[in-house]
Amino acid sequence: MTDITTDADEAGFASDLTQSNTLGESIRAYVSRVRGGDMGALPSIFGLVVLFIVFGIANDRFLSNLNMANLAAQSGSIIILTMAIIPVLLLGEIDLSAGVAGGVSACVMGLLIVKHDQQWWIAVLAALVTGAVIGFVIGVLVAKLGIPSFVVTLAFFLGLQGATLKLIGEGGSVRIDQPVISGIANNNMSVMWGWISAIAVIVVFAALRLLRHRRKVSQGLQHQPFAVVVAQVVALAAAVLVVTDVLNQNRSVNVNFPISGVPYVIPVIVVLLVVWTLILSRTTWGRHVYAIGGNAEAARRAGINVDLVRISVFMACTAMAAISGIVEASYGGKVSTTSGGGNTLLYAVGAAVIGGTSLFGGRGKASNAIVGGLVIATIVNGLGLLAQAAYLNYVVNGVVLLLAASVDAISRRRRSATGLG
Amino acid sequence: MSDAPLLALRGINKSFGVVNVLYDVDLTIYPGQVTALVGDNGAGKSTLVKAIAGIYPADSGDYLFEGKPVSVHSPKDAAALGIEVVYQDLALCENLDIVENMFLGREKKNGLFLDETTMESSAREVLASLSVRTVKSVRQSVSSLSGGQRQTVAIAKSALWKSKVVLLDEPTAALGVAQTRQVLDLVRRLADQGVGVLLISHNLTDVFEVADRITALYLGRVAADVAVKDVTSTQVVELITTGHSDGIAAPSTPAASV
Repeated sequence: MTDITTDADEAGFASDLTQSNTLGESIRAYVSRVRGGDMGALPSIFGLVVLFIVFGIANDRFLSNLNMANLAAQSGSIIILTMAIIPVLLLGEIDLSAGVAGGVSACVMGLLIVKHDQQWWIAVLAALVTGAVIGFVIGVLVAKLGIPSFVVTLAFFLGLQGATLKLIGEGGSVRIDQPVISGIANNNMSVMWGWISAIAVIVVFAALRLLRHRRKVSQGLQHQPFAVVVAQVVALAAAVLVVTDVLNQNRSVNVNFPISGVPYVIPVIVVLLVVWTLILSRTTWGRHVYAIGGNAEAARRAGINVDLVRISVFMACTAMAAISGIVEASYGGKVSTTSGGGNTLLYAVGAAVIGGTSLFGGRGKASNAIVGGLVIATIVNGLGLLAQAAYLNYVVNGVVLLLAASVDAISRRRRSATGLG
Repeated sequence: MSDAPLLALRGINKSFGVVNVLYDVDLTIYPGQVTALVGDNGAGKSTLVKAIAGIYPADSGDYLFEGKPVSVHSPKDAAALGIEVVYQDLALCENLDIVENMFLGREKKNGLFLDETTMESSAREVLASLSVRTVKSVRQSVSSLSGGQRQTVAIAKSALWKSKVVLLDEPTAALGVAQTRQVLDLVRRLADQGVGVLLISHNLTDVFEVADRITALYLGRVAADVAVKDVTSTQVVELITTGHSDGIAAPSTPAASV
C-alpha cells in the first residue's frame, strides 16, 4: 500500500481505502450495487440486445448493412435530443417543449437558407440562438416566477407549434437541400477516414483512462482496479470497431453504386457526447446541476446561484434541441409544420430514462443518451420494417416509456431501502 | 479565560414588530472552547444564532469579532469572517459523495475543470485530522451514510474551510447513543484545533459532557453565563425554566425580573 494509506492508518482513518480492492471484489460490489437498485445502463443494454435478436429473427432485412446505417442516421436526432433533455432531468425538471423548440429552430435555419440566401453556418447559428432564447424565457418563468416546468413547457409545446405553422404556412414545408446540412445525415466519411477516426477515438480514450488511473494511484486517490480500467477500454474499443466495420461495408442494393462509410452524424454525436460528459462531470457548473437536482436548498445554502443555473440549463437544453432539429431536418430533407411535434419529445424522455437517467433528478449522465436513444430508434426502425399498423407503434412506445419509468421508480425505492447512492 | 474572545456580542436587541425577542443579550465565544447556548423553546436561541449568522441582523448592539467591531448584515458577511453554521437539517446533497459535498459551492478548479486531486486529498486530510474513522471512503455517496456520519461530514466541512467560529444547531437531536458519542467527540476535537464552537442544545447531558461554558437564555435575556465546572445540572434546569438559580449571580444586566 502507498505511504498515504499508512499516514491515514496512524490518524485512525484506517478504513478509508484508496483502492476499491481487487477485480473479484469490485465485480461483487457491482453485482450488489445492481441488486440494490443502482442499475445504471444495464437494463438498456440488455434491452438493446433483446430488441436486436427479436427484430433480427422477425425480419431478415433488419440486420442488413443498409438498415444498420439507416438506424445510425435515424437515431441521430433522438440521441441528440436526449442529450439535450438530460441536464433538465438532472435538475428534477422537465422540458416538454424541447422537441418543438428544435422544430422552430430548424425552421428558422431552413427559411434563412431558402428564402434569404444566407450562408449555412449563419443559419445554423441563428437556429442555436433561437433555441437559446426560447430556453431563456422558459428558464426565467420556471426559476424566477416559480411556475412548474411541466406547465411552462406544456404551454410552449402548444405555442411553438403555432409559431412553426405561422413561419412555414399551413400544410407547407421547407426543403433542405443545402449540401452541408443535408450531408450531416445523408453523406458518409470515406472508409479510410472512418477507420482513422475510429482508431483515434480508441487511442485517445485509452490514453486518457490510463493516465487518469496512473495519476490517481500516484496521488493516493480512490481509484478502480487496473483490470476494470482495461475492461472499459476493451469494451469501448470493441464497440467502436464493430460499428465502424459494419458501416464501412458496402450496403448498396445496386452493385454499380457502392455505398459505404460512417455517416457524418456519428462524429457529430461523438463530439457532443465528449463535450457534455466533460461539462457534466468535470466543471463547477455540472457539479452544481447535480447538487440542485439532489437538494436545491443545500445548494442554495452552499452559495450556489440556483436560479442562474436553472435558467442556463434550460438555455443549454433548447440550444441542443436546435441541433437535434437540424439533424432531423437533414435526415428528412425538410422542415415541416409538424417537425419536433407529436411524440418526438416523449421518445427523448423515454430514451433518457431507459438509459439510466432518473426522472427524480440528480442521477444520470450524457452517455445514457446513446444507449437509450438507440433502444428507442431500434423500436421505431424495427416496427417500421415489420410494416405493422401505426397504432402498434404508439402502443409499444407507450409501454416502453412506462416500463422505463417503472424501473426508475423501483430502483429508486430499492436504493433508498439499501442506502446505496 | 486568558484568551481574548473570538466573537463577542454586547447588548444585542432584536424585535419582530412589537414582539421583543432579544433584550440586551451578551454572548462571548472563546477560541478553543465549546460554549453551550441553552434555553427553553422560544427563549431566543434560534434568533440569536440567526443574528450571528447574519440572517436576521440585530436591531441594536455591538458585534465584535476578534476584538474589532464588525457589521454582519448577510450570511455572506458572516462567512467572510470565518463563521460557519451547521444547521439541524444538515443541507447535504444525497446524490453527491463526501468530497463533493464538502467542497460544494467552493470547488477547487484547475483551469477550466474541477481539481478532484486536491479536493479529495484535502477532504481526506481534514477527516483524518478530526480522527473520523466511521466512513468507509471519502468517495461514498452521502445517501449511504448514517445520520451521525452525515453530521460528521457537515461539521468536517467547517473544519475544511478553516472556520474560526462554528455554530452547531442541535447536532445530536436526531442521533442514537453511539452516534451522539462520535459527534460530541468530533465537536471536542474541533475546539481543540482552536475553533470557537457554539453548541445549541436541549440535551444537558451533552452540554455537560462537551461544553466549557454555558450561556442560558430565558425569555430573550441572558439568565447566566457561567463555566460548566461552576454549576450543576439542576441549577441549569432552574436557569432554563425560571431564569434564575440560587448561588449563580445574574450577569451584568439583571435578567431575573421579567
